[in-house]
Amino acid sequence: MSSTLNIPPQFEIVDRPLDTQMTISMGPQHPSTHGVLRLELVLDGEMVVKATPDIGYLHTGMEKLFEYKKYQQGIVITDRMDYLNPLGNNLAYVMAVEKLLELQIPERAQTIRVLMCELQRIASHLVWLGTHALDIGAMSVFFYCFREREKILNLIEAASGGRLTPSYFRIGGLMMDLPSGFERRVRQFQDAFLKSVDEFHTLLTGNRIFQNRTKGVGVITAEDAIDWGLSGPCLRGSGVDLDIRRTNPYTSYETYDFEVPVEQDCDVWARYMVRMREMKESHKIVAQALARLKPGPVKADAPKVVLPDREAMKTHMDALIHHFLIVAEGFDVPAGEVYHPIEASKGELGVYVKSDGGPKPSRVHFRGPSFVNLSALPHMSEGAMVADIVAIIGSLDIVLGEIDR
Amino acid sequence: MNSEKNLPELPNTPVNQRLTPSQLVTAFQREHPDWLTEIVEAHGEVTAIVPAGHIVEVCSELKGGAETKFDFLADICGADRGVEEEPRFEVNYHLFSTTKHHRLRIKVLVNEDDAHVPTVTGVWRTANWHERETFDLFGIVFDGHPDLRRILLPDDWQGHALRKDFPLRGYEPYSLK
Repeated sequence: MSSTLNIPPQFEIVDRPLDTQMTISMGPQHPSTHGVLRLELVLDGEMVVKATPDIGYLHTGMEKLFEYKKYQQGIVITDRMDYLNPLGNNLAYVMAVEKLLELQIPERAQTIRVLMCELQRIASHLVWLGTHALDIGAMSVFFYCFREREKILNLIEAASGGRLTPSYFRIGGLMMDLPSGFERRVRQFQDAFLKSVDEFHTLLTGNRIFQNRTKGVGVITAEDAIDWGLSGPCLRGSGVDLDIRRTNPYTSYETYDFEVPVEQDCDVWARYMVRMREMKESHKIVAQALARLKPGPVKADAPKVVLPDREAMKTHMDALIHHFLIVAEGFDVPAGEVYHPIEASKGELGVYVKSDGGPKPSRVHFRGPSFVNLSALPHMSEGAMVADIVAIIGSLDIVLGEIDR
Repeated sequence: MNSEKNLPELPNTPVNQRLTPSQLVTAFQREHPDWLTEIVEAHGEVTAIVPAGHIVEVCSELKGGAETKFDFLADICGADRGVEEEPRFEVNYHLFSTTKHHRLRIKVLVNEDDAHVPTVTGVWRTANWHERETFDLFGIVFDGHPDLRRILLPDDWQGHALRKDFPLRGYEPYSLK
């Protein structure tokens, strides 16, 4: 008996009473696909024979849009890609353009960038944790996670004015300095956060159902993980000690003292443990960044690129002229191309910027970690149960805004 | 040159004594003069320009080489240099080594009327979706790719959206046929 479906021969079951291979569509409205992802599942009973992701539902042509916007206008587009980690996207993009311009960023701006990025990493992991647990059936974790995330969003709002779309990092520094009392508020959050992580552990880590649902599920070996281009917590969950903050440090990450959590189990559980431990490491980095915050400028000394202070603009003729020119015409970026990778909350976020010398880029490309991690899903879900697919997708921590761009 | 080349083979060699990517590709070019046509260094990044016909050999050699060890394909992205430019398209491969931690960009230049590049999915499986994306948005065909379909845009989409002559906005709503 031959199946009409295009199935690898090893999965063709011949002597079953009902030749029950069936194709179903999971999504694009399925809540556990975290957005609008459609999976085409070929099932044999409960077992997944083949899973084919179908993406593109959120495609809005962002990379095309970059080519029609000035460099500084591109920052707001990056916010909307990985909307759980917008500051990471801002950082990758502005650092790529700064590399082309060869700008030197003042120390205080770099420290604030590290501080905000690590807060954002915690916030991103909190959304992952809440939704991952919710998918698997543990509902209450979600509320605890969003309670903590709310505090971080309030901090980001205090600094930048935006909760989900901050655009706080600008080419050459920051939009503006931190508001007064910000450090006190971060310390307040810091003091309560470690206790919250312990709460999450109490809720989930010792939970036998959660362990059964995650251990030994979605296994991918270290060699396969590298071959499939996995990065971030997914790669470290497969036992590969790789963190771009360590291997190719940027914004002076080399001066911070933190560990890179690595787990050897290669399954959903390992990726869970890596992210849980990473939140504590981010907490450590935030404390160090707070300790080294010293007064100083937050914008590079490049009047033709960086918008002047309000005060200077109103009192100095040249500052006013620069302000007008930057806003009206933009600034020219020397011709060239760069690829700048950073360790975002989901993995390697690389930005490729190519300039032909004008005020607008010739090409901007985002290497989204979610995009690449999702491409390994068919490999990880072969032979899994349908219910495991939900756990595996949750452990990949995908954001469709970044996948589809 | 020989003594310099032997240095990185010692275990636990300090980072500053390892060969930099530019030294590596220069040595590579000496071994295979036809495989690399040009080496460009700018902004601390090294770009090697490779003829389309040799891309698979170059990639597998760089992946397997004891000193290069570029086992991680970070990204593939296309670029349109402009409608009048010849060759019009370029495909950039961003390589990374998970053990040596160095990076390299390989660039393949592609003519518009012969927009074909051999696939590197046999070298790194992660190339699959990157090549599909480049095909979808630029119309560059990757010969030998196991599943070369559109990935971001609908299957019946006309044209390739990231080409410079593709308009930014349309005036009719898209509807499935």
